Amino acid sequence: MSTSAALHHEDLHSAHDAHHEHHHHETFISKYVFSQDHKMISKQFLITGIIWAIIGGLFSVLFRLQLGYPEATFPWLEDLLGHWAKGGKLNPEFYYALVTMHGTILVFFVLTAGLSGTFANFLIPLQIGARDMASPMLNMLSYWFFFLASIIMFSSLFVQTGPASGGWTIYPPLSALGDASSGSKIGMDLWLVSMAMFIVSSLLGGLNYISTILNLRTKGMSMTRMPLTVWALFFTAILGVLSFPVLLSGAILLLFDRNLGTSFFLSDIVIGGKILPNEGGSAILFQHLFWFLGHPEVYIILLPAMGMSSEILSVNSRKPIFGYMAMVGSMFAIAILAFLVWAHHMFVTGLNPFLGAFFVLLTLLIAVPSAIKVFNWLTTLWRGNIRFTPAMLFAIGFVSMFISGGLTGIFLGNSALDIHLHDTYFVIAHFHIVMGVASFFGMFAGVYHWFPKMYGRFLNNTMAYIHFWISIVGAYLIFWPMHYEGLAGMPRRYYDFSMWESFKQFGGLNEFISFVSMIVFAAQLLFVFNFFYSIFKGRKVTSTNPWGANTLEWTTPIRPGHGNWPGEIPEVHRGAYDYGKDGREFISQIEPVGENESHH
Amino acid sequence: MTEILLVAIAVMIFVVIFQIAKASEYVSVLKGEEKARKQNNKINAFLLISFLVLGLIGCWWCNDLYYGKTLFPQGAASDHGEKIDLMLYITLAVTGVVFFITQILLFWFAYKYQEKDDRKAYYFPHNTKLELIWTTVPAIFLTVLVVFGLKYWFKMTGEAPKDAIVVEVTGHQFGWEFRYPGADKTLGRKNYKLTKGANSLGVDFDDPASHDDIHVGTTMHLPVGKPVKFVINAQDVIHDVGLSHFRLKMDAVPGIPTTLWFTPLYTTVQMKEKTHNANFTYEISCDQMCGRGHYSMRGVIIVETEAEYNKWLADQKPEIWSVRPETKPRETAPADSTAKSATPPVAAVVKAN
Repeated sequence: MSTSAALHHEDLHSAHDAHHEHHHHETFISKYVFSQDHKMISKQFLITGIIWAIIGGLFSVLFRLQLGYPEATFPWLEDLLGHWAKGGKLNPEFYYALVTMHGTILVFFVLTAGLSGTFANFLIPLQIGARDMASPMLNMLSYWFFFLASIIMFSSLFVQTGPASGGWTIYPPLSALGDASSGSKIGMDLWLVSMAMFIVSSLLGGLNYISTILNLRTKGMSMTRMPLTVWALFFTAILGVLSFPVLLSGAILLLFDRNLGTSFFLSDIVIGGKILPNEGGSAILFQHLFWFLGHPEVYIILLPAMGMSSEILSVNSRKPIFGYMAMVGSMFAIAILAFLVWAHHMFVTGLNPFLGAFFVLLTLLIAVPSAIKVFNWLTTLWRGNIRFTPAMLFAIGFVSMFISGGLTGIFLGNSALDIHLHDTYFVIAHFHIVMGVASFFGMFAGVYHWFPKMYGRFLNNTMAYIHFWISIVGAYLIFWPMHYEGLAGMPRRYYDFSMWESFKQFGGLNEFISFVSMIVFAAQLLFVFNFFYSIFKGRKVTSTNPWGANTLEWTTPIRPGHGNWPGEIPEVHRGAYDYGKDGREFISQIEPVGENESHH
Repeated sequence: MTEILLVAIAVMIFVVIFQIAKASEYVSVLKGEEKARKQNNKINAFLLISFLVLGLIGCWWCNDLYYGKTLFPQGAASDHGEKIDLMLYITLAVTGVVFFITQILLFWFAYKYQEKDDRKAYYFPHNTKLELIWTTVPAIFLTVLVVFGLKYWFKMTGEAPKDAIVVEVTGHQFGWEFRYPGADKTLGRKNYKLTKGANSLGVDFDDPASHDDIHVGTTMHLPVGKPVKFVINAQDVIHDVGLSHFRLKMDAVPGIPTTLWFTPLYTTVQMKEKTHNANFTYEISCDQMCGRGHYSMRGVIIVETEAEYNKWLADQKPEIWSVRPETKPRETAPADSTAKSATPPVAAVVKAN
């Protein structure tokens, strides 16, 4: 191993190499708990994310029980939840707490930390050819701040007044005033403190991902040779680093309003006969702060799923991803526009209509890069030689969901239509399909595709196929009919519709949706079982490159150690998508360009 | 008991699936993994194309079942609502075409180009012309939708006509209050710090404009065919005036009044006939999460002929009578004539004050 001090890229990595040799005698604690190995940290994020997903999913099943069977009582609910389900029927306050926690958990703890945390950590060093993250220490801290946030959020489930219940968007004054809702008492403080920790975690992670991608690429890995997964994770990290601090400021101001008597978001309030002294604040200001993160957040969730699906679609079609530069460009456009559309969540707040018009224009502009991506994915499949691995099925499912959910965004982004559809089930259908289900599909695709790299074993295919088919059929059965409820103006976040002449006609449909949601939830448990079972008992991986893929992670040993490559980090000579070129099925990125190779 | 049974059944299904899954792994080893993989590939390709076909049938079926339960068959009940419905149809047509084309291509390509031994994937990394086409075509369609949308948006959010009837709407946990300006067509000033007892809206009754203001709860009356402007407030947390039949919605924000205007096109009675529903009601739903009673924050609008509306309005007593009972004129005349003088001249009330 070279110990030359010359400032040659390769040598720097080799020196790095020698450094890592010392880490091979690790204790249990330093290997599995306070690990600084990006692969272990990624698994920590993934498993914590899975635990959160089970909790968040279970909450949705519980509140769907109320929506589907508003007349029924379930004695076991009282055994489980005590005074929150007296007589076996969910208390409205607790129903709203479940809705709030479902949203918070799924959006932040699962699809942000669980998705980016897992795959940015796992794939960035492996796919760009780095030994580890730029700062393994910060990386470890990123996980432990997330863990801390998780503990605080989890503990809020057990406080006497209940967890936060004002919706995941925590609009003040509802979230600011303990008198307005029992979930706005200590549960809300815990929510805000937990989110502050979460944001710290996300920033530490994001800074690390950005600096790693910019600085630690192996020789020959120019930016334009990076796999689309890395590009997607790069844009995701930039979005997070630039937008999460704004939510942090909003959360802190809200903590001040709650506990220190400030009036950032409060003005002219009479509650429960009590006249509050706060004047001059603006409840709408909070919404601007919230959505300045909240909208980029949608893409923080979606972009990694896009990147992974692009990669998986290309590998399994045995074709290059169509229009690599257009794919990067459209992600870039989406990332820029993501910052300029936040007020489309606020069309009915009394926003200046002139301002609203700009947000309509910029919002619908996002449809252009989104359309480019969809057409490019379709063209990638066209004339391929497609292998339906479970990962591939989920990637195809991702595209299908992205189309279905993306198109309804064109309705909601158009302010005049949004007036009617805002805060109805149409919105629920839209964002669950495009952000929830699509991102989950991208995440599943990623897990199925890279599980062999993570654990040296395969997930069980039969369980995987059952998981996929129940999930895609179930997701459409659940969310497709919700568009109709939304077109009838049925408002979201309602505990019971039976008293409404305008909305009660959907009782049967709600029952059906609730029933399907339970089956789909059960199918996710099948995945969880498959995941943990296969870690220990799955079929062993026998070749270093089981999918025949070009990217660098498949040039490492089957189970790469700390430092990823035992010898030198390989040099990269080409882009990541030379599939089917010159009649060859795939050409790894580390293969030098042949003299007679065609140029495209 | 049934719960335990259901859980037991679910566990059993799990165990069965697990056993099948394990067995299939052994079988694939026996058969040769490559062969088993190819067989799986065929099955999944077939399932994908079946999913497409069944999905399309499902779309049609779902529409058949639920279209009638949306608001479209009855049509919009306001002038703005009719524009919104038209826009919905246009957007639905454009996005619907894209939806069907892209979904069909996605699943059809997946099926058609499934792995075959004799097929070689076509190396096709990019094509500038194609990419330009599918950048510009969506851009053109979106421009049309934006232009349409903004034209209506500015019309709807623009100034209300001068002759619009003004109604102040106030949301609180968990109900609606309405205030009519009375004969002077001006609402009295408010100050939230005056909210106390009978003065539940915090009206400043030192302002003479408030003396003929009428305050009603839960049920609002409106005349058909006349533009109406809502001035919207909230007392405690953010609420939202949701008017699904009129296709309108506006947040009620504490400290920041908002407005909304529209013209109701049909009376409640006409809508009952139109929808063949004797219970039809124009409902105001709260569309912004406001706490434990959010789902029950219901208001009612009765749209009636102008004559009925005027009669109803004349029957209402000014709010000041209940807040400052000394301002209430002594009732000497018989009951039927009080209706005519229910709204006293403003000047008279001011003097009485």
